[in-house]
Amino acid sequence: MLDIKNLHASVDGKEILKGLDLMVNAGEVHAIMGPNGSGKSTLANVLAGRDAYEITGGSILFEGKDLSEMEPEIRAREGIFMAFQYPVEIPGVNNIYMLKAALNAIREHRNEPPLDAMEFLRLVKEKTKIVNLRDDLLNRSVNEGFSGGEKKRNEIFQMAVLEPKLAILDETDSGLDIDALKTVAEGVNSLRSRDRAIILVTHYQRLLNYIVPDQVHVLSDGKIIKSGHRELALQLEEKGYDWVKEEAAA
Amino acid sequence: MSDTAVKHYIEELHRLQESLPGDKLSLIREAAMGQFQARGFPTTRQENWKYTDVKPIARSAFGIAEAKPATGYEKQLEHARLSGLDSHELVFINGRFSVEHSRSQDLPQGVVLEDMSSAVNNHSMLVDSVMSNTTLNDQSNPFNILNTAFIHDGVLIHVPDDCSIDKPINLIYLSGYSDNEFSAHPRNLIFLGSGARLTVIENYVGAKDRQYFINTVTDAVLSSNAALTHYKLQQESVESYHIGNLNIYQDRDSQVNSHSISLGGALVRNDIKVQLDAEGAGVLLNGLYMANGKQHIDNHTLINHLQQHTTSEEHYRGVLNDRGRGVFNGKVVVHKDAQKTDAAQSNANLLLSDQAEIDTKPELEIYADDVKCSHGSTVGQLDKDMMFYLRSRAIDEATAKSILTYAFAEEVIKRIEIEQIRHYLEYQVIGRLPDAELIKEFTHE
Ligand SMILES: Nc1ncnc2c1ncn2[C@@H]1O[C@H](COP(=O)(O)OP(=O)(O)O)[C@@H](O)[C@H]1O
Ligand SMILES: [Mg+2]
Repeated sequence: MLDIKNLHASVDGKEILKGLDLMVNAGEVHAIMGPNGSGKSTLANVLAGRDAYEITGGSILFEGKDLSEMEPEIRAREGIFMAFQYPVEIPGVNNIYMLKAALNAIREHRNEPPLDAMEFLRLVKEKTKIVNLRDDLLNRSVNEGFSGGEKKRNEIFQMAVLEPKLAILDETDSGLDIDALKTVAEGVNSLRSRDRAIILVTHYQRLLNYIVPDQVHVLSDGKIIKSGHRELALQLEEKGYDWVKEEAAA
Repeated sequence: MSDTAVKHYIEELHRLQESLPGDKLSLIREAAMGQFQARGFPTTRQENWKYTDVKPIARSAFGIAEAKPATGYEKQLEHARLSGLDSHELVFINGRFSVEHSRSQDLPQGVVLEDMSSAVNNHSMLVDSVMSNTTLNDQSNPFNILNTAFIHDGVLIHVPDDCSIDKPINLIYLSGYSDNEFSAHPRNLIFLGSGARLTVIENYVGAKDRQYFINTVTDAVLSSNAALTHYKLQQESVESYHIGNLNIYQDRDSQVNSHSISLGGALVRNDIKVQLDAEGAGVLLNGLYMANGKQHIDNHTLINHLQQHTTSEEHYRGVLNDRGRGVFNGKVVVHKDAQKTDAAQSNANLLLSDQAEIDTKPELEIYADDVKCSHGSTVGQLDKDMMFYLRSRAIDEATAKSILTYAFAEEVIKRIEIEQIRHYLEYQVIGRLPDAELIKEFTHE
C-alpha cells in the first residue's frame, strides 16, 4: 500500500529525512519509534502533504500513485489520514460540520452520493462510542477549549468516521493518562482491518502493550536504522536508543 | 476642482430651497452651506483624511435626490425587512421617504417616530434642540456640515422617560433604483429620555452597480440611564459612495452598543464620535468591514471620556481581498477629569491578497492618571496550521480559505443579539466568499 524509497525531505532548507525506506502493506500496523527530533513528525507531515516540507529525493508511492505532487486534500480523498501530534484549534469552525464536509468530499471523490443530515448523524452517534467522545464536544469549534486528551480522542473519532486506507497517528498516545490511553488504543484496535494500514508514531512502548504492531522501526537522524517485531520495542524501553545507533554505525 | 464641486452644491441647495417655500429648516441649511463653502471638501493633506481621497465624490456632480418613480427595489426591500423581524419600518427609496412602504404600529404612548420632513413641522422644538447641540454636531467634519445644508429627509425618534420600545426600528435606505445619479443626505435624530430604551437599525442597500452618493448623519442624545443599541448595515452598490457620521452624546449611566457592518460601496467612510459626558456612561463599538475588488472602506472612531468612571470597548475586524483597501483609525481620548476610565480597543485584519491593503492606527491620548486602557491592532494572513488541518481533512484549498475567512468575520457577527440580523449578515458575508454553498452547510443545518 505504501512504498517509501530513499526519501529525503527538508524543511526551511534543513534536511531532516535522509534516505528513509519503509514498506507498509494493507492490514498491517507499523510502529515508528525514535528519539525526539529524529524526524517522526516530519515523516507524518510529508505523507499528509504539508507545504513547508519539501521532498528533495526518493519516492513515495501510495497504492502505486506518486504522492509527491498530490495536494493534501487529494491525499485525504485518496484515503490518507493523519492524526496530528498537536491538533490545532480553529475558532468559529464547527467540529461536526467540518467532519461532514470532509466525509462528503471523500465520498464524492469515490463517486458515492453525499450522506444527508440524518444518515450522517446516525454515523456520528455510532462512532463517538468508539472513543467515548462527549457529545457536547461535537458542536463546538474544532478543538477549541478541548483538553489534551479530548483533542486526541477527537482525532481518532475523525479517523473512525472517515475510514481511511492509511492512517498515520503521530504520538496520539502522548500526554494521555492510562485510562485515556486504553480507550484510544481500543478505538484504534477496533479500526484495524484487512484493508487498512496504520502507522503508529510513538515515543513510548507502553502504547504497544495495547496495540500490538506487526513491525517496529527505529527512526534516528532521518533514517530507519533498525526494524523488528514487538520485542524490539521492549528492548528500546529497557536499553534506550544508543545501542541501536551504535549497532547501525558499526 | 473642489470649487466647482462646492458651487454645484450651492446651486443644488437653491433648487431645494425653492421647492420648499417657507420651510422651517431653510435658515439652518443656508448657514450650513456658508460653513461648507468656507471649508470645501477635505483633502488628503488633512490628517483625518490622509488615507481617503474624496476627489471622486467631489468630481461627480450628483443632483439632489428627487421624488421620481423608482423600480426594481421590491426584492431588496423584502430582504432589508430582515425576514420576519417584528419591527417598525421607515423606508427611503433613492433618498426620499416612502410613506407607502413604511409601517409602524403600536408605538408606546408619547413616542415620536416620524420622517424628518413632517417632524420639522410637528416637533420643531425637538428638532431644534438636537440641531443646536454643538457638542453633538460635528462642525469639524465637512460632510456632516454638507448633510445639514441639505437636511430634509431622515427620521426623528423621541423616546420619553422610562419608555422602552420593544420592537427595533428599522430604517431602510434603498438607493440606485432609478435612472438618475443622485446624492442624498439623510439625517436621523434620536433623542432618548431618562431610562428610555431603543434599538435602531440603519440598513443601507443599493442596486447592483449603480452610482450615487449617500451622505448620512445620525445624531443620538441619551439622557441618564438610557440605552441604545444601534446597527448600521451598509451594503451599498460597489460603484457608490457612502459617507456616514454617527454622533453620540451620553449622559450619566447610559449605555450604547453600536454594531457597524460595512460590506458595500466603492468609497466608504464611517465616522463614529462618542461623548461620554457623565459618570457611568459606557459604549461598545463593534465593527466589521470587508473590501473586495477595488473597494475602499475607512472607519474612523473617536471616543471622548470626559468624566470619571466611563467605559468604552471597541472591536473592529477587517477582511481585505483583491485590491481592497481598509482604513481603521480608533482614537480614544481620556480627558483630565476622566479618572477610573476603562477603555479597551482592538482591531484585527485579514489580508487575503498581496495587493490588498490596510492602514490601521489606534490612537490613545490620556490626560488622567488613574485609568485602565489597552489597545492593539493586528494584520495577518490566514493561519497556515488551520489551513493545513482543514486540507488534511479533504477540504479543498479555496473552501478552506472561505471557511476560515468566514470564521474570522463571525467573531464580530456573533456579538449581535438579534438573530434575524445575525442570519442576514451571515448570509451576506457568506455570499461574498467562494464556495458559498458549502459554507452555508457549515454554519446552518
Ligand atoms: N517547521 C520546522 N522548521 C524548522 N525545523 C523544523 C520544523 N519542523 C521540524 N523541524 C526540525 O526537524 C527535526 C525533526 O523534527 P520532528 O520531525 O518534529 O521530530 P520528532 O517528531 O521525531 O520529534 C527537529 O530538529 C526539528 O527541530
Ligand atoms: Mg513529533
